[in-house]
Amino acid sequence: MDTTEIIVILGGVGLIGLVLWYFFGERESVAAAVNAGGVQEIGVTVKGGYSPDVIAVKRGVPVRLNFYRDETSSCSEQVIFSDFGIARDLPAFKTTAIEFTPDKPGEFPFTCGMNMLHGKLVVE
Amino acid sequence: MNKVETADERIDMPITGMTCAACANRIEKTLAKQPGVNHASVNFATETATVNFDPAATNIDSLVETVRSAGYDAHPHSMGDGDEDPLEKAHAEEYATAKRKFIVAAVLSLPVLVIAMSHGRIAALNFAGVNWLQLILTTPVVLYSGRHFYTGAWAAFKHRAADMKTLIAVGTGSAFVYSVIATVFPSWFVTSTHGGGHSVDVPVYFEAAAVIIALILLGNLLESRAKGRTGEAIRKLVGLQPKTAHILRDGVELEVATDAVLKGDIVVVRPGEKIAVDGVVTDGSSAVDESMLTGESIPVEKRAGDEVFAATINKTGAFHFRATKVGKDTALQQIVQLVRDAQGSKPPIAKLADKISGIFTPVVISIAIATFVVWFVAASPEVRFTMALVNFVSVLIIACPCALGLATPTAIMVGTGKGAELGILIKGGDSLETAHKLDTVVLDKTGTITKGEPSLTDVVVFDGFDESQLLRLIASAEASSEHPLASAIVAGAKDWGIELTRAEKFNAVEGRGVEATVDGRSILLGNERLMQEFRVRDSSRASDALSSLASEGKTPMLAAVDGTLVGIVAVADTAKDESKAAIAEMKRLGLSVVMMTGDNKRTADAVAKEVGVDRVIAEVLPEGKSNEIKRLQAEGRVVGMVGDGINDAPALAQADVGIAIGTGTDVAIEASDITLIRGDLRGVATAIGLSKATIRAVKQNLFWAFIYNVIGIPIAAGVLYPVFGWLLSPVIASAAMSMSSVSVVANSLRLRGYQDSRRA
Repeated sequence: MDTTEIIVILGGVGLIGLVLWYFFGERESVAAAVNAGGVQEIGVTVKGGYSPDVIAVKRGVPVRLNFYRDETSSCSEQVIFSDFGIARDLPAFKTTAIEFTPDKPGEFPFTCGMNMLHGKLVVE
Repeated sequence: MNKVETADERIDMPITGMTCAACANRIEKTLAKQPGVNHASVNFATETATVNFDPAATNIDSLVETVRSAGYDAHPHSMGDGDEDPLEKAHAEEYATAKRKFIVAAVLSLPVLVIAMSHGRIAALNFAGVNWLQLILTTPVVLYSGRHFYTGAWAAFKHRAADMKTLIAVGTGSAFVYSVIATVFPSWFVTSTHGGGHSVDVPVYFEAAAVIIALILLGNLLESRAKGRTGEAIRKLVGLQPKTAHILRDGVELEVATDAVLKGDIVVVRPGEKIAVDGVVTDGSSAVDESMLTGESIPVEKRAGDEVFAATINKTGAFHFRATKVGKDTALQQIVQLVRDAQGSKPPIAKLADKISGIFTPVVISIAIATFVVWFVAASPEVRFTMALVNFVSVLIIACPCALGLATPTAIMVGTGKGAELGILIKGGDSLETAHKLDTVVLDKTGTITKGEPSLTDVVVFDGFDESQLLRLIASAEASSEHPLASAIVAGAKDWGIELTRAEKFNAVEGRGVEATVDGRSILLGNERLMQEFRVRDSSRASDALSSLASEGKTPMLAAVDGTLVGIVAVADTAKDESKAAIAEMKRLGLSVVMMTGDNKRTADAVAKEVGVDRVIAEVLPEGKSNEIKRLQAEGRVVGMVGDGINDAPALAQADVGIAIGTGTDVAIEASDITLIRGDLRGVATAIGLSKATIRAVKQNLFWAFIYNVIGIPIAAGVLYPVFGWLLSPVIASAAMSMSSVSVVANSLRLRGYQDSRRA
């Protein structure tokens, strides 16, 4: 085994680790703010993913997520909260509000129609 | 653009770019400040600005300019009949761009493919700058045709997400970058492998970049065309709602956008027009085609007081109606929302696919890196880099998360959309999957199998008394009674074409029957006790007929004319015309059919025999229905309950699948998993059959998508090379990848041809 091969093996293993960490590692969450109407409201920009993608909300308080889809890529044309039975089409360059009241604590993922883009609603 | 014949002019224009209600306020204020604007209101929900202005002082263009200067955009001409939906237009433009990109890619990559495949065998292609030629041909393919793959992958990468585009971008990007370097600085590679500086051919893989992009674009085009068709049913439904309506305001008829119709507005409907919102007819009458909502093809008569629904079509008459439900509250929009939610839901069998597709892309990238490493180490030094690179690219390209991602939603979309077309609303993926597993269907008797109200079934006469004469006398006697049995007799007489006369001295004898005088003859109609009390002659001769009618589950009544018993009439809650065929169809699907009723066993058995159910549960109290369902479930059965959705709500909720039937357009019934808008029992078999077909398609799709990746990825990585010497070229990999997602969508589209058993 020559030096190049050793470099390639080590580089490959390191790269795999980096890929897995980068895509599956922990993410920071952003809390939704409660507005004057008593609704926890937050804007989510949809462009190749959701920003923010981890959203913290309180249990029992109505939530309004304003999804703004900033692209035409077909991947993000739908957002699905399967635990809440919600599926909404997100028209491109428009804001679509999704409203519901989480009644149990836990982590509830939301995804695009094809489950490639991921976000998480953390109910405390 | 909608003009009002008053001093000022009014325009409704869609606004884009608003993200919150504050934006709406801002636009409103800015517009109101403009000279010539009398009134401006902006609706955030419908994204529309309504402006009343003085045409002498300002014009539409300057209004649009005002909106733009506030940082938003207005589209004054995209409303009204002839205009296209802006969203639809955006989709069409997108498709046109994708097509242009594909054509560019195809034209430029074809020569690259020929050069690459010739492997030097075509002498004319063995000139010195051949790699440079390939570079020139490939660069526009990568930078123009494939651009969105790279920008999309980068956007996803920034979100620590990876999708289809990531795989394509990394795959084609590596092939391209390597080939460019190998063309510009061939010595880098020659030195490292041969240790000499002579100009040997350094392999380049431009075709792996160019052809892959062309093939994937083709696949995307086919897929988006097919995918467009999966949502067709719902789009068609939404498209049925007219864009404008004629309303009366202050006695003036004006045409306004459907979104601008308010609750309480009087809407004018002319022959052949579509109805814009839900409401109640105030005057006029007509027949209305409601087939798009209910699946019922016969037009429904409407007169003052009747409800009408958005998107249904007025046939011949004209009428006015008062809008009661507008916007998202209309039955149409509720149906659409229900189906959309169902389309986003996934049956439990898809959960595993979800887990896999969620981690798919990063895992495939890792496998590709591992492939590179293994080939680099295992292959001989002269070829190790290129072999490693080619297989790395093949793995990335053949992996198709799209097929996995499309497997479930496309089938559910087509299945539930088809259901909506047939007046069958399915709540979600769970309902679909459970409906597919049903082995027992429980039908409520009254109103579900039977008409739910008594009707005249038999007229028996003695001593040659004329049947229609008897019916005329007793129906006339009963005409003023409000008893349900009386209305059955009156309705029966009408069916026979009998004209009634006025009865005199009508008297209801509590618990026994009625007495009356018709045409001067004294009439008695009731039970045996009535006959005895009035000392009717020959009252005993009816006993055989009485018991035989009773054994058939009917309610017999004795009739006496002028003191002599002359006949018997019987009424019963009879089975609907289609019940027998519907139950036969359920049995054909392998279901065991149970009838549940509060009636006595004899009546129940008679109906059961007529329609052919397998098992009868009679004398059930209304509150006991859900316990009976529990008992059946305890026998290990998967039970579907069919009922009216309101009285049967607990039983529907207890059942594995609750099927509410005949809800009409009141579709928001919580307890049911499946809602049949029409009262036709044959819809149950159709709904269950459709569920089975949909779940079958989901399973086929998932199997296909799994197998494809499970077999495809290892072959692309080269596991068969040591044994058979097989390697997959990246070009073949991209063709396979494109076809896999197209085949999944095509399989789902087959559900569009599902046959409605009611029409078969």
